[in-house]
Amino acid sequence: MKILVCMSNVPDTTTKITFTSDHKQFNAAGVQFILNPYDELALARAIELTEGGKGTVTVIHVGEASSDPTIRKALAIGADDAVRIDSPAIDAFFTASQVAAYAKDKGFDLVLTGRESIDHNGAQVPAMIGELLGIPSVSIIKKLVIDGTTGILEREIEGGKEIVHVPLPFIASCAEGVAEPKIPNMRGIMSARTKPLSVVTVTEAPVLTSIEKYETPVPRGAVKMVAADDVAKLVGLLHTEAKVI
Amino acid sequence: MNHSRSQKKDLYDSPDYYLLDELLTEEHKLIRASVREWVKKELSPVIEDFAQRAEFPRYLIPGLAAIGAFGPTIPVEYGGAGLDYTAYGIIMQELERGDSGIRSTASVQGSLVMYPIYAFGSEEQKQKYLPKLAAGEMMGCFGLTEPDFGSNPGGMVTSFKDAGDYVVLNGAKLWISNAPFADIAVVWAKNEEGVVHGLIVERGMEGFSTPETHQKWSLRASATGELVFDQVKVPKANILPGVKGLKGPLSCLNQARYGIAWGALGAAMDCYDTALRYSKERVQFDRPIGGFQLQQKKLAEMITEITKGQLLVWRLGILKSENRATPEQISMAKRNSVEVALDIARQARQMLGGMGITGEYPIMRHMMNLESVVTYEGTHDIHLLITGMDVTGFNAFK
Ligand SMILES: Cc1cc2nc3c(=O)[nH]c(=O)nc-3n(C[C@H](O)[C@H](O)[C@H](O)COP(=O)(O)OP(=O)(O)OC[C@H]3O[C@@H](n4cnc5c(N)ncnc54)[C@H](O)[C@@H]3O)c2cc1C
Repeated sequence: MKILVCMSNVPDTTTKITFTSDHKQFNAAGVQFILNPYDELALARAIELTEGGKGTVTVIHVGEASSDPTIRKALAIGADDAVRIDSPAIDAFFTASQVAAYAKDKGFDLVLTGRESIDHNGAQVPAMIGELLGIPSVSIIKKLVIDGTTGILEREIEGGKEIVHVPLPFIASCAEGVAEPKIPNMRGIMSARTKPLSVVTVTEAPVLTSIEKYETPVPRGAVKMVAADDVAKLVGLLHTEAKVI
Repeated sequence: MNHSRSQKKDLYDSPDYYLLDELLTEEHKLIRASVREWVKKELSPVIEDFAQRAEFPRYLIPGLAAIGAFGPTIPVEYGGAGLDYTAYGIIMQELERGDSGIRSTASVQGSLVMYPIYAFGSEEQKQKYLPKLAAGEMMGCFGLTEPDFGSNPGGMVTSFKDAGDYVVLNGAKLWISNAPFADIAVVWAKNEEGVVHGLIVERGMEGFSTPETHQKWSLRASATGELVFDQVKVPKANILPGVKGLKGPLSCLNQARYGIAWGALGAAMDCYDTALRYSKERVQFDRPIGGFQLQQKKLAEMITEITKGQLLVWRLGILKSENRATPEQISMAKRNSVEVALDIARQARQMLGGMGITGEYPIMRHMMNLESVVTYEGTHDIHLLITGMDVTGFNAFK
């Protein structure tokens, strides 16, 4: 089985988010980047599915050379080879177009992504790739089993779960439950040195969105304590200060 | 498994005040991130429980082997990773950030057992032991110290006599890390001419026992014991052919001390990180205690010493990888890092007030551990004498 795993390079979860002075760009100075945690789940499951010579895992990333350390980490975790489309990931459609253009004639049986990347949280790329490749796409899966040529996927739905059967090839976006993330071991780190990372030039694709402005959320106000028996004061504050009633 | 896991999240991040990360390779950083992730996932949640119960978490051995803790500088053909000394230092630092006892197990295995077999062993000995030691399938210990000879190992009385195909070993070693569970021991003993040699003694050899040392207040999560040799027949094929004299054990100590120089700073950084975080959250007199000058003085001094120590070991790593680090330079770094770490642990502990003495936070454990680290591999005093002799040319040891 040939699996393609899409990965993004995102600011570490503890990063203090700031923007450039015109508020049009994220300020990446001094920021530590990591492999998107949901992509790690997809990668871990892909490795499990191909372990013991049952297939290969290719990781693909749309981004610049500054992402290479993160790609090496994916190789150290256990991907067999990597592809980097040499361009910033401008928006969801642009990114999906790059992945689809690369994947269309490579005969992948399965494409996996994370449910979303934790920087923009758009969760749009996977479905777009599915559409562009003309294959079924299933979002936010919690379990993934391959039975012959059928994928058996589990999704969480309101009040229960949904089991989806889907023929290969398909694309699925992975959430917690699909696998446990893997920590690169020393053997993996050493073999990552020589695994192929090919850099592919960008394909012409439209950019459909533009960023108007970034803003950080308003900081949360301090908690005000109201004595349990002072209902009138609570109602007053909800009415005049919080303005919710 | 009969131990409890803490639910507390390990938020550790290493301070990098002088942007020293820029001096590391991407691979160094990947190794560091991987070992740190392993420590956070596997070690931090259980270490307090094991330390409190004075038990070594033996089940972690395969994990330690997988992350490259055992002999990472040993060449790949013998099961090592062929890494440089900066990488080795980084691994020791991340492990000791978790616990000095766990780092001790790795130091002993890599620097005191694998190194002498690699450097002084026969090809058969290397093939037989190194791959298994690297994989953690076999564990080793290092027997130099004796009840009456600690700082002065040259006085050792453990000795062996020639008996044809084998030698007969008699004597005892004390304070031996990993002894209670080790499969093999690299033992330093004198022959009939009084010349020190290294012998590989295997568990199961008749007359060889390893009683555990109990009631330690330090390195509680590391197993320490004795090695007792009562007429042990050791095949001659188990003698390390490549070295004689005290140079053998001392060159091993050189390797381990190098790792400790990096490692102890890891413990220091964990104490600093913990105290800094606490100082921002703990409110007294209506403000975070980090806002008080006396607490800031402590933190400012800690980060200064950590930064100086980081620069020292970084440079030492390059010299060591180039095979230019002198034993005296390594001695200075070991002494400095451990002293800095002990001071920081003591200051940091006070900053946490009463909380500082509990197992809720790692500081008191580090502080107690470091009392062993400042003693083994040459006491603080002995390292002062090494530097003193190096700069003056006068021997003040005796
Ligand atoms: C937890 C733990 C684990 C250990 N693991 C190992 C191990 O795996 N293998 C091993 O071989 N050993 C091990 N050791 C032993 C350790 O290396 C010795 O404890 C150390 O070398 C000191 O020896 P000593 O305890 O006999 O102290 P001593 O040598 O008796 O020293 C006592 C005091 O005298 C001082 N002193 C000694 N000589 C001089 C001098 N010339 N001038 C001034 N002051 C001096 C010392 O600095 C110290 O303060 C371990 C020790 C501990 C505590």
